[in-house]
Amino acid sequence: MIRVQQEDFDIGAEVARLRAGRSDIGAIVAFVGVVRDRAGAVEEMTLEHYPGMTEAELQRIEAEASSRWPLQASLIVHRYGKLRPNDNIMLVVTASEHREAAFRAAEFLMDYLKTRAPFWKCESGPQGSRWVEADARDDASTARWDDAKDAAE
Amino acid sequence: MSTRLLYFAWVKEKTGIAAEEVELPRDVTTVAELIVWLKTRGPEFAHAFARSDVIRAAIDRTHVRHDTRIGAAREIAFFPPITGG
Repeated sequence: MIRVQQEDFDIGAEVARLRAGRSDIGAIVAFVGVVRDRAGAVEEMTLEHYPGMTEAELQRIEAEASSRWPLQASLIVHRYGKLRPNDNIMLVVTASEHREAAFRAAEFLMDYLKTRAPFWKCESGPQGSRWVEADARDDASTARWDDAKDAAE
Repeated sequence: MSTRLLYFAWVKEKTGIAAEEVELPRDVTTVAELIVWLKTRGPEFAHAFARSDVIRAAIDRTHVRHDTRIGAAREIAFFPPITGG
C-alpha cells in the first residue's frame, strides 16, 4: 500500500492496521524519516511533489520490493507540503515471516524512494530558502541493489 | 498535437511557470533536443536549463534519459535531482 498525503501519520496506528487479523507475520520493520534542523538554519521545510507520477513511482518501487523478498505486507506513506523540524516526513513498513526480508526490503525501499520518487525539499530559515541538493551517496546506495537481483533468500 | 510540459522545484522557479501546453517543432525528437529548443524560448528558459546535465526528465510519468525519443508523449516533466525520503 502506498499513500501520499499532507497530514501527519501515527506509526502505531499504521502498524496496527497492517498486522490486524493476521497470524502469518513474524517480523515488522518500520522506518520514519524526520525533518532535521541544521543548527537553527531550518524553520520550515516545504516538500513539493509530482502528483500522479509520485503515486505511480511508489507503486513501482513497492512492487519491485515484493518481487525481490517474501513480504507479507508493506506500506509507504510520504507527506508533502509545509513541515517543521521534528515533523514526520515519511514512513516505510515491511512485514515478513523472518526479519531478514523485512530489514532488507525496508532498506531497499528507502534507497529507491530517495532516488526515484519525485519529491523535492525546500528548506527555509533566517538565511532565506534553498532547495536541498541531492546527495550522490543516495545514488551509490541505490546502485548496490543492481548487483543483487538474486538477493531474495 | 500539443504536448503538456511540467516544471518542478527550482526549474519551475526559474521558468516562472508550472505547466504549459506547447506545439513541439517537428525537428525536436529527443528529450535533449527539446531542452535545446526550450533554452531558445527566452532568458528565463535559458537560465532554467543552463545546467542541462543536472536536469532530470520524465515522459508520461516515467523517468527517462536525455537521449530518449519523445514519440507520442503527452506529458513531459523537467525537474532537479529528487530529494525525497
